[in-house]
Amino acid sequence: MYRIDLGGTRHIFASLAALLAAASPLRSGDVLAGLAAGSNLQRVAARMVLADMPLADLLTDALVPYEADEVTRLILDGHNDDAFAPLAHLTVGEFREWLLADETDGAAILAASPGLTPEMVAAVSKLMRNQDLIAVAAKVEVVTRFHNTLGLKGHLAVRLQPNHPTDDPLGIAAAVLDGLLMGCGDAVIGINPASDSVDAACTLMHMLEQMRLAHAIPTQTCVLTHVTNTLIAIERGAPVDLVFQSIAGSEAANRSFGIDLSLLREGREAALSLGRGTVGDNVMYFETGQGSALSADAHHGVDQQTMEVRAYAVARAFSPLLVNTVVGFIGPEYLYDGKQIVRAGLEDHFCGKLMGLPMGCDVCYTNHAEADQDDMDTLLTLLGVAGVNFVMGVPGADDVMLGYQSTSFHDALYARTTLGLRPAPEFEAWLGAVGLLGDDGRLRQVAFDTAPRLLALPDTIR
Amino acid sequence: MNGTPDPRRSAAWLRTQTPARIGIGRAGAGVPTAPLLDFQLAHALARDAVQQPMDCAALAQELAQALGSARALLLASAAADRATYLTRPDLGRRLDDPSRRLLEEADRQPCDAALVIVDGLSATATRSHAPALAEALTERLTGWRWAAPAIVTQGRVAIGDEIGALLRADMVLVLIGERPGLSSPDSLGAYLTWNPRVGRSDAQRNCVSNIRPPHGLSPAQAADKLAWLMTQARHRRLTGTALKDEHLLPASISSPPES
Repeated sequence: MYRIDLGGTRHIFASLAALLAAASPLRSGDVLAGLAAGSNLQRVAARMVLADMPLADLLTDALVPYEADEVTRLILDGHNDDAFAPLAHLTVGEFREWLLADETDGAAILAASPGLTPEMVAAVSKLMRNQDLIAVAAKVEVVTRFHNTLGLKGHLAVRLQPNHPTDDPLGIAAAVLDGLLMGCGDAVIGINPASDSVDAACTLMHMLEQMRLAHAIPTQTCVLTHVTNTLIAIERGAPVDLVFQSIAGSEAANRSFGIDLSLLREGREAALSLGRGTVGDNVMYFETGQGSALSADAHHGVDQQTMEVRAYAVARAFSPLLVNTVVGFIGPEYLYDGKQIVRAGLEDHFCGKLMGLPMGCDVCYTNHAEADQDDMDTLLTLLGVAGVNFVMGVPGADDVMLGYQSTSFHDALYARTTLGLRPAPEFEAWLGAVGLLGDDGRLRQVAFDTAPRLLALPDTIR
Repeated sequence: MNGTPDPRRSAAWLRTQTPARIGIGRAGAGVPTAPLLDFQLAHALARDAVQQPMDCAALAQELAQALGSARALLLASAAADRATYLTRPDLGRRLDDPSRRLLEEADRQPCDAALVIVDGLSATATRSHAPALAEALTERLTGWRWAAPAIVTQGRVAIGDEIGALLRADMVLVLIGERPGLSSPDSLGAYLTWNPRVGRSDAQRNCVSNIRPPHGLSPAQAADKLAWLMTQARHRRLTGTALKDEHLLPASISSPPES
């Protein structure tokens, strides 16, 4: 139990989970779960208690019981005491100041990362302003490789997301061409299939592989289907670059996704066995999002932001190429409006980078959330400043299969142009080789009507 | 690059192969003004569809005409208003007290199926497509005993569980307005649950989504799929993933999303 006298009131927090939840910036999901602070005063009281808490206390007080949860076991069994030693004497408040200090560079943060637990990272994020989340994340460079090199400072990659309501291969190819003309696709060309059948996934895998090979595009492709489907596809000889899976921060939440850690291990080993990576072997693509554990009733009384960081502990065990927080997809019952979505996107990026992950963000919203394009512009710009590894590129920001709004090819070009960020180096060289870059290195404006001449579709796609 | 251009490879033809907003040009990195405003129009329509209240009296009248049956039961969830509905899915899954009393006092004979029509996130979709779908479905399931249809405001899919149980129905079919997409403000979803009881999970349901003529399924197409599912459900006394797994179904039938 934790207590503090503040504002003429004694504030009592029954557990570490209750304290962390009360310290969280307001969001609808914590209100829905009955975990949010009861007042603004109580929220600050919780932060004051948290700031004085030794970081090491967060290592000994498991939020989700060790015996009942394999994610907790992964976190505690995998904790690196040597990496933690230099920070072991700090409180959470002092840890914040250490992260912000001029002397603390990205290498120092990454060196400490294996000693950090999700609970420590979530705790410190709750004491940080948006500015702090950006400033610290911008120090950290997490580089991953498969067919190209992602995450280098000064670069912003884009997942080309050419979804189609009926998985029509030529409809998808049309969106891929549009994205390539706009300089997108270096993070991955990744389709969310409308169908959950293995046959449909294999068709799309072959189709993307043919496009990639036809033009020697230095990027990776992925069909974002369940890991069990991808395992069957690999058995059938389909060209699988990356194994995709949605993950969450508790064993029970992962079970609701139909996965556990051993299944993820199996997926990773199957992809590695193909030996397809040309410049590296980061073969996993994970997606996460605040609220997923609560929506599966698998949050164990823990606030949604802390549960999200626990999902990152799952991700880091598998050396992923890409980790994408799909921040505004879940809806207003978890993140109500633009303010909450912006805050959550910055938290997730910061926390993921502290956990040593190649963080990207699907800057997005649904039509029942109190948000619009202006909010997305804000978050995209802030994440660009914070050094996000990648964002989404959806034609016109309108995903016609999933029914939500993400960032567009245009948005990515805006962020690169305005913030001086470049595509992945191998991909940028390819853009130049196929004539999409001008002499000044900027993306040439090429009309879609010329696309089939510039990048002819293989005849096998029909 | 290619010598004889294949018309099925031209940019003009490719544009017709996807409803996605491709090839819209650019002004610098920005979107040109016309597509910018097109997007804002679509967003405004989708936002308005979310907020639009359902005209239950008119819907009840259309339904009575379509089914030639008694007037529908008019019910409400425990979410008192739209703002509460959007942030409290738990309240949208339960009836308010007057609605529960109404059902408890209603004439309740055991029946094969209950039809529950819900505004969900798009009353526009429910108003537009639910009566036609209900008519097409009852035509296909001759001899079935149906409970009096229920119309529910501020409801989520799972509210059908409580209603179906109170109406002593073997299965409940919920027709509900789906979350509006930018290009689809009027999409209806249909969720089938065997042996409805409070606490059923989404894995225990089957779903036919994207009912939205002329762009998605027509009421007749959806009724074909639902009649098949309902007949199977009655025969095998279950719904959910077990029912889906044993049959190769079109892509539009899949596990329901979180609701």
